[in-house]
Amino acid sequence: MSKKEELSKETIEHISKLALLDLTEEEKEKLSKQLGDILNYFKKLDDLDTTNVKPTTHPIDGLKNVFREDIPGESLSNEEATKNAQHKKDGYFKAPRILKE
Amino acid sequence: MEIYNYMGYELIEKIRSKEITIQEVIQQTYERIEETEELLHSFVYLSKERALKRAKNLDAQLKNGKTTGKVLGLPIGVKDLICIKDSPTTCGSKILEEYRPPYNATVIDYLIEREGAISVGRTNMDEFAMGSSTENSSYGPTYNPWDLERVPGGSSGGSSSCVASGQTPISLGSDTGGSIRCPAAYCGIVGIKPTYGRVSRYGLVSYANSLDQIGPLGRCVYDVALILEIIAGYDPLDSTTVDIGVDEYTKELNRSIEKKTLGIPKEFFGEGLQKDVKEKVKKSINKLEGLGANVVDLSFPHLEYTIPTYYLIAMSEASSNLERYDGLRYGKMSDDLKGDVYEVFSRTRGERFGSEVRRRIILGTYTLSAGYYDMFYIKALKVRTLIKKDFQNAFEQCDAIVCPTMPTTAFKIGELVDDPLQMYLMDVLTCPVNLAGLPGLSIPCDYDNKGLPIGFQIIGNYFDEKTILNIGYQLEQELNIYRKIPPLTIRGN
Repeated sequence: MSKKEELSKETIEHISKLALLDLTEEEKEKLSKQLGDILNYFKKLDDLDTTNVKPTTHPIDGLKNVFREDIPGESLSNEEATKNAQHKKDGYFKAPRILKE
Repeated sequence: MEIYNYMGYELIEKIRSKEITIQEVIQQTYERIEETEELLHSFVYLSKERALKRAKNLDAQLKNGKTTGKVLGLPIGVKDLICIKDSPTTCGSKILEEYRPPYNATVIDYLIEREGAISVGRTNMDEFAMGSSTENSSYGPTYNPWDLERVPGGSSGGSSSCVASGQTPISLGSDTGGSIRCPAAYCGIVGIKPTYGRVSRYGLVSYANSLDQIGPLGRCVYDVALILEIIAGYDPLDSTTVDIGVDEYTKELNRSIEKKTLGIPKEFFGEGLQKDVKEKVKKSINKLEGLGANVVDLSFPHLEYTIPTYYLIAMSEASSNLERYDGLRYGKMSDDLKGDVYEVFSRTRGERFGSEVRRRIILGTYTLSAGYYDMFYIKALKVRTLIKKDFQNAFEQCDAIVCPTMPTTAFKIGELVDDPLQMYLMDVLTCPVNLAGLPGLSIPCDYDNKGLPIGFQIIGNYFDEKTILNIGYQLEQELNIYRKIPPLTIRGN
């Protein structure tokens, strides 16, 4: 993985689809260069041999999964839960079409 | 004397002794804000009516002797990503425009509901806390009170400029890779990032969950210690908080630091450090030696790998965290609703996220995608282990690590916007602390040749906030510059 990382415009378009994030044509060109430079700098990590190193996903040692009793408690009312939605109907969120016609 | 000259704890005393009413404090706070806000833009939203109403209620309770809040009547600024029930919380983003959370963050319950502080408004920030300058806010930049042509640092830039300029004595910020300590350093105030798990993140909008912590900013160490005492502790609503007792930080500040050992990692004073930052920080270390502390030289071999490690982890976590913003359940959707759900969501996100957020989502999605996950993300998690080990080795030899907070003083607005990598490199001395999950304090120690403040960073061992606050307090008393109010002018150099 020592080869120079390049993000082609096609790669950027593919990632933009995965991320559900529209980009302008101009931005795709710009990101293709900027992200290539950034990733090449990040490849500095290849200098380090980490074969026998365990990954750290959480900074504090010894943390365990936390469980609680399954007891029903108070939660938000329907009105509170939906009050921030722009589009709603009969207490439901109104979503754009999901299935193709 | 105008109220903006007082430290938070002094204001609390005056309120308690009935020298001033809470309504007067809040009224005068807004006078100061109205006088200065056009120059600074610390706030994205002011809640004057709500704050005055609350002041009136608290005054009545105080009169009847019905209230005992530790920070009763204290005006605070709250970073725009900490949820306050029914108050706009936008994370500096257009995608959360008009969002009003239906619940309070735990820190708000503790500080405001339980102890009587009053939020005067929401402070400006880099969108979703992504940045070191507050230039990435969708609502326009904040200006540094020491030189209005410069950035206040970020991402908690508004929380720093409001405290430095005396708009409020205290604010709350959040720190993922330096977002409290960087602006505290650039604005000449005190800020602490607590140990990961010390303060509840419930109600803090996530940027990178394995790195984020909430912390207070103030003009003196005592104020910051006081607020941390209140907001720290185990919270059943955040399973990453740790259930160990909270020290009484304010009672430990006066302890002698004689025989404390301070570690100085040579790599933290290496290339890229502004000359007078290096000199002035060394001068402060000499002062600490004068107070009886011992100094030991250390090595931190993996410092040069912290920026790639930090950004790979932060962007990967961010791309996943920010998947939830689609405008459907909260926030704003695109006005153009043509097409299916994928088209509408993609359009909404494209229109409403700012350019730095888009850049980080794309990069984070790439590094988590098939074929690159091991190469980038897992690799970064492994190097994170090595960086943590460097700190563990260091703390076998010392009680705290001392170094600059930022490699330079505040840069000019616009200077780095087109060079994201250069901007990322500014975080080299702050982000290792987040990767390891340790606590870090920044206090102002001096000024550079342009008159801009220099931040002094003290890094502590896990859950040992009391030692770094103690050292910070002793240095602050020795330096005695913390009451200086910035000029709110353009320096032109």
